[in-house]
Amino acid sequence: MKGIDRFAEKFFWVAAVLSLSVTVLIFGFMVILGLPLFKGGQFFEILSKPWLPDRGIFGIYPMIVGTLSIALLGLGFAFPLCLGCSVFISVLGPKRLGRILKKTVQSMTGIPTVVYGFVGIFLLVPVIREVFESGSGMCILSASLLLAILISPTMILFFSDSFDQVPKPFLDAVDALGGNNAQKILYVILPYSWRGVLTGLILALGRAMGDTMIALMVAGNAVALPDSVLDSARTLTAHIALIIASDFESLEFKTLFACGIILYLFTTVIALLVRSIDSKSWRRK
Amino acid sequence: MMDRVLEKVVTGFSWICATVLLGTVFSIVGYLLVNGLGTINVTIIFGETDPVDALLFRKQVFDGLFPAMVGTFALVALSVSFAVPIGIAAGIYMAEYCRGGLKRIFSLVFDVLAGIPSIVVGLFGFSVAIFLHNYFYSRIYPCLLISALSLAFLVLPYLIRTTQVSLENLPENIRQTAPALGATKLQNIFYVLIPRSLSGIASGVILSIGRCAEDTAVIMLTGAVTMVGVPKSVFSNYEALPFYIYYISSQYSDKQELLSGYGAAIILLVICGLLFMMAFFIKNRLTYHALYRQ
Repeated sequence: MKGIDRFAEKFFWVAAVLSLSVTVLIFGFMVILGLPLFKGGQFFEILSKPWLPDRGIFGIYPMIVGTLSIALLGLGFAFPLCLGCSVFISVLGPKRLGRILKKTVQSMTGIPTVVYGFVGIFLLVPVIREVFESGSGMCILSASLLLAILISPTMILFFSDSFDQVPKPFLDAVDALGGNNAQKILYVILPYSWRGVLTGLILALGRAMGDTMIALMVAGNAVALPDSVLDSARTLTAHIALIIASDFESLEFKTLFACGIILYLFTTVIALLVRSIDSKSWRRK
Repeated sequence: MMDRVLEKVVTGFSWICATVLLGTVFSIVGYLLVNGLGTINVTIIFGETDPVDALLFRKQVFDGLFPAMVGTFALVALSVSFAVPIGIAAGIYMAEYCRGGLKRIFSLVFDVLAGIPSIVVGLFGFSVAIFLHNYFYSRIYPCLLISALSLAFLVLPYLIRTTQVSLENLPENIRQTAPALGATKLQNIFYVLIPRSLSGIASGVILSIGRCAEDTAVIMLTGAVTMVGVPKSVFSNYEALPFYIYYISSQYSDKQELLSGYGAAIILLVICGLLFMMAFFIKNRLTYHALYRQ
């Protein structure tokens, strides 16, 4: 009996260590395969140069700009929308409508990303093209609008969860003082749950920067540095998706690992940030 | 006075947001249904081939969605069978055995794994395949097996988390009854704790099935192609629904192809929707049991 117990514990442990080593291995692979880039400071050169394959320059600066502008603009569209929706769900909306909205948002997490992209190409892109009368309609603006919808469920569900964690006596106190629901949100719930809101925002940023399909399908994938939100752009993720390796040893191919390393490090920073906010809120409670 | 205005604005704003979001979602799904529902029939799936022959794999289907559906199914079955045992075992380790500083390190690493963009996991799978091809066995290329393994890595953190959380959420009195009667730790886990948290674990498994079925970024780097028919072995290329949708959206040559893209999108949406509802239903049953059965 004891033997089985010890064996089972070993087995569970092996599974956990295996999962841990996969995580480390992914990073290790990127670094080893991208190793030539680190010699002689080439890595930082790549980060700051444009992508001009004809002249042998393979910089990913335009992709970094593309990723940041699409993700941040998407977050900018989504944040007020999500705040409004979660306030509607938790406090301000009629109970039934709020529940319908919440169910819809939960179901949105089940919609495949590629379906968003597909509908975006045939529904959103033509509208953007007609309204702004410039280019093909495949641009930063289209991608960030679609991305805003994609990341909304993450934020809304996270926000309304943290709104629901406000202790009931606080809310009763507002009622007792004759305050209305709008005052409840403004003066009690939002000040109390700002850490949750911040965490949701950071998680959504991670989701926005890591998404591939939306940018790949509707941002146009131009390698030039974008000038305006109506310009086509390429993200780091789309850049990885687009290069079909012809030569495994070429510098062009090595830059993919630079993209991978940046995205990986960014993910780690997000995990650390969320963790530090979380632990602080525990200490306070 | 200013405050009054602010409060009115907040209320109005939240109504506008709710309307905008609901409107957007319904127009996305509605657009798809209006344009694609008419295309859903036997021909879009099996083409000119007889459905019975296709289902028995006696004849290949080249002008329908059948190979893509088989590919997606094989992919999901393979990757879930890799990921579920490891994910659940690691989740049990996290909830029942791991303690202290070690637990914090493990949790952080799994958070990182959960956040890694799927395209980076795809790039990893792709480079591993090329690496193996160059140094070990020249017949290994990006293929169904490589995709399934990469997808397994992608869903591993979800499985670990759902297992861990549903075990940790069990009330203390349930946790201590069996050991008090002389059961070992392992007996307690298998006869008491896991059966009690089964619905949480099951909904995690179903959600990861959905994640495997919808992911496009991983498979486009690790062996998904179009026009190869039903995969012959785990070492061959394969078709998959999400990749087909992506491919059609950028490469369609005529109206018929585009329409089959709409059809594929609806089929994928329905599959993912059903999986999602199933997971949700099981989880709700869990809270029902927790609330009314004790």
